[in-house]
Amino acid sequence: MKIVVCIKEVPDSAATLVAEDGEATWGDAPLVINPWDEYAVEAALNMGGDVTAISMGGDKTALKHALAMGCKEAILVSDDALGNIDTQGAAKVLAAAISKVGDVSMAFFGKQAIDGDAGITPAQTARVLGWSALTLAASIDVDDESVKVERSIEEGIQTINANLPAVFSIVKDYGEPRYPSFMGIRKASRAEIPEWNLAELGIEAPASIVEFIEIFNPPTREVSIEMIEGGSPAEIAETLAEKIMAEKIL
Amino acid sequence: MKTWVYIDHFKGEALAASWEAIGAAKALGSDVSAVILGAGVEALANTAFEYGADEVLLGDNAALEDFRVENYATALSALASDVDLGLLLFPTTSRGRELAGMTAIDLNSGVLVDVVALEMDGDKVVATRPIYAGKLLQKTICNATPQIVTLRGRAFVMPEAEAGRTGTLTKVEVNIGEEKSTVEGYAEAGGGVSLTDAAVIVSGGRGTSNNPNIEPPADLDDDAAEVWRAQQGFALIGDLAETLGAAIGASRAAVDANYIPYANQVGQTGKVVSPDLYIANGISGAIQHLAGMRNSKVIVAINKDPDAPIFKKARYGVVGDLHQIVPALTEAMKAKLGK
Repeated sequence: MKIVVCIKEVPDSAATLVAEDGEATWGDAPLVINPWDEYAVEAALNMGGDVTAISMGGDKTALKHALAMGCKEAILVSDDALGNIDTQGAAKVLAAAISKVGDVSMAFFGKQAIDGDAGITPAQTARVLGWSALTLAASIDVDDESVKVERSIEEGIQTINANLPAVFSIVKDYGEPRYPSFMGIRKASRAEIPEWNLAELGIEAPASIVEFIEIFNPPTREVSIEMIEGGSPAEIAETLAEKIMAEKIL
Repeated sequence: MKTWVYIDHFKGEALAASWEAIGAAKALGSDVSAVILGAGVEALANTAFEYGADEVLLGDNAALEDFRVENYATALSALASDVDLGLLLFPTTSRGRELAGMTAIDLNSGVLVDVVALEMDGDKVVATRPIYAGKLLQKTICNATPQIVTLRGRAFVMPEAEAGRTGTLTKVEVNIGEEKSTVEGYAEAGGGVSLTDAAVIVSGGRGTSNNPNIEPPADLDDDAAEVWRAQQGFALIGDLAETLGAAIGASRAAVDANYIPYANQVGQTGKVVSPDLYIANGISGAIQHLAGMRNSKVIVAINKDPDAPIFKKARYGVVGDLHQIVPALTEAMKAKLGK
């Protein structure tokens, strides 16, 4: 039984994003592995088997990071037809890639990608595969063919039992991801990363049902700050409390 | 356009964003059917009518006792495929998101996720959604039916409940398909107000551990002593939050230093929030944190460093020590609010 982790390359979370001509730009900020996906790699590596990392698009930076963390293999799914793919399409392509790896029992994802912020690709991939979606997992306990997962939901923790194969998405409560080791980085830099196109996956380019019309900058909010000063904390607090009450939001 | 709104609930308690979604659908000029799935949830139907639903489709079945996304998706997809449905709305909750996603796969449609504004263009819904944690906005449409959209909580006006309002209650048979999982149980979160629903949030950052006037127990090592100090700081923040009926938030720095659980993290890799009032205490204002709270209506910043970036986003600022200002503010607010 094999383990797969699906990862994505995104602009660094510290990047300044600006919309130009209806597209997102991030200057010379680096592309990195999606921060949520590091937790997914960590969880996948903790399952004790060999882990294959799969990324759709990107220039292999995220895959090299996953290899440096300890993944055994990495595969880039790359095709000109994947340019404006929506989450439904991504789920179909990733499901096909997971099927091509073959004999996969667990497929891991981050909770969401910090670029599109949709957070539904794990559930949709599970649906395409016909597997359980064990999302927002904070802990995973595998016993042979069955698994117990603690899910982090609005109301607290839901404990759920399911059979494998299953798709997992991992939240930060799972535990901090490991740093790539020096040896890992060296190994990753020399690794051969095969590329699979859609023909090799045996699927047509999925139609993009969701159409992206434009990306634009949010309206700038001109906030003029009012500094509250006073002779003592009590005096400052009193003035601030009056200002807060005057906003009529409490 | 035939419009359904999925009512998300936990054990019969609806999440407020479900009612906001009914309001949003009515604002588009649609007759609205609310879809309620669960076990013993008929009482929700009356509330849905009061918030504006014209019809309620009630799938009440013991097998739906626990939310398991696969089974709920099978039930919902079967209902939706029987009608010519134009628009299917969900609240953006953890359940709503995934249910929308699976239903889209089943119905060969697509999802516009976490939408903050809707407008009609002919029979198409044009949805605006934040991307990159709200650093940018994106306009999208769904070129299939039903158009599936999840709406961000607090982005749409909560409709006024009209007591005694009624509508057509339609009980439906549900088919839940194969059961792939069983729910063993639930454990409650730390309690208090949920961040994403909160009208007021009081947050703490690294600065919570900087009180020079307290002495940690001598048997703690440096890391534990720092966490102990921060917990005293967060206790002050908790008092203010309790006074204001607020949720407690935190910066990533505070979470990574183990001052407070991850569930409290606000920001790009935490929760994105838009309360009416956000009080940031000892938070410098990294770009990732600002992305998560920039849409708050009124931001108050309390920080020792006059150059902290948080002051650039704040309406009111205090340069000072949160350990002195926060308790004083708690007392002042108690007096104002008659508590």
